[in-house]
Amino acid sequence: MNTAYVVSCALLMAGVTYVIRMLPMAVFQRRLENRFVRSFLAYVPYAVLSAMTFPQILYSAGGTAASAAGLFLAMVLAFRGKGLLVVALGAATAALLTQQLLLAGVR
Amino acid sequence: MSADCCENPAGLGEENPDLPDLSFQRGLKDGLPICLGYISVSFAFGMTVAQSGMPIWAALFISATNVTSAGQFAGFDLILHGAKYLEIAITTLVINLRYFLMSLSLSQKVERGMTTLQRLVLSFGITDEIFAVAIQQPGTVGARYLAGLITTPLVGWSFGTFLGAAATGFLPEALRTALGIMIYGMFIAIIIPPARQSRPVATVVVLSAALSCVFRYVPLFQGISSGWATILCTLIACTFAARRYPVNCAETEVTE
Repeated sequence: MNTAYVVSCALLMAGVTYVIRMLPMAVFQRRLENRFVRSFLAYVPYAVLSAMTFPQILYSAGGTAASAAGLFLAMVLAFRGKGLLVVALGAATAALLTQQLLLAGVR
Repeated sequence: MSADCCENPAGLGEENPDLPDLSFQRGLKDGLPICLGYISVSFAFGMTVAQSGMPIWAALFISATNVTSAGQFAGFDLILHGAKYLEIAITTLVINLRYFLMSLSLSQKVERGMTTLQRLVLSFGITDEIFAVAIQQPGTVGARYLAGLITTPLVGWSFGTFLGAAATGFLPEALRTALGIMIYGMFIAIIIPPARQSRPVATVVVLSAALSCVFRYVPLFQGISSGWATILCTLIACTFAARRYPVNCAETEVTE
């Protein structure tokens, strides 16, 4: 392994990522007054997280069946207003149990 | 489109006694679920690096300086293949460009008194999950709270990387696989409750998810990387919603 190369690449990746994260925070220190821009930015979190979750969640816990079970339970728990940790652990538990059941079924 | 916004109404920010006290400790605590989710993801990263024959410190160094999952996996893959610096820089840029939108959104959410130095330091910790939790708070968020909210996940991210690299096969395979869904479970916990209460938010969530599926499954779009797809979904869904349902300028939250 070429140590200098790995370190340079890691720093390059870190630098690019940092600049992306830092620029808007450093530049836009004042409240943006344009109504369209404010509305747009207010919706950004939901759009970003939704696009990242769907359909990727179906491939996140091994098989599709296990992931779908996790997705289902996560939706049910979230609809009932449960907190982050409960929903996340619930999804993982459902995925794990489904995975194990399927394995047992195969045997 | 009306350009001018009204005055910031009373009740936004720290003067409001109804809002939770967003202290450093509170940030640390709110960062805990993120930290747990991160351990499993960074564990996988640590394992990937260790299995490729690289030393533990390389995995730790990449994790501690980058703090980004998809970007690290893609970047590391390029490193393994001895890619050119330009290729690595552009790939990182495309995958992580979504942080630009998050940072912009967050810049309107933080206390206006936040200094430039605080902004420069805290920007380092803007990840998908930290952004999501910060933006979910009612009112504005301050530097102390953000510092706490970043610290716990950062520790989890580095610790998980170390564990994964040091003890490959430490967790049973089945458990590790199942934990991969935790991050998405958190995202669902963040977007669903507001979507139930607000039609505009529900529209954004459904529209963005639908677009994301189109980018993923329609053959025509399959050349588009997941990084670009996320950005395009966000731009389209937010432009649509901002035109259709412009928020009252007094609001910071769309859910109210």
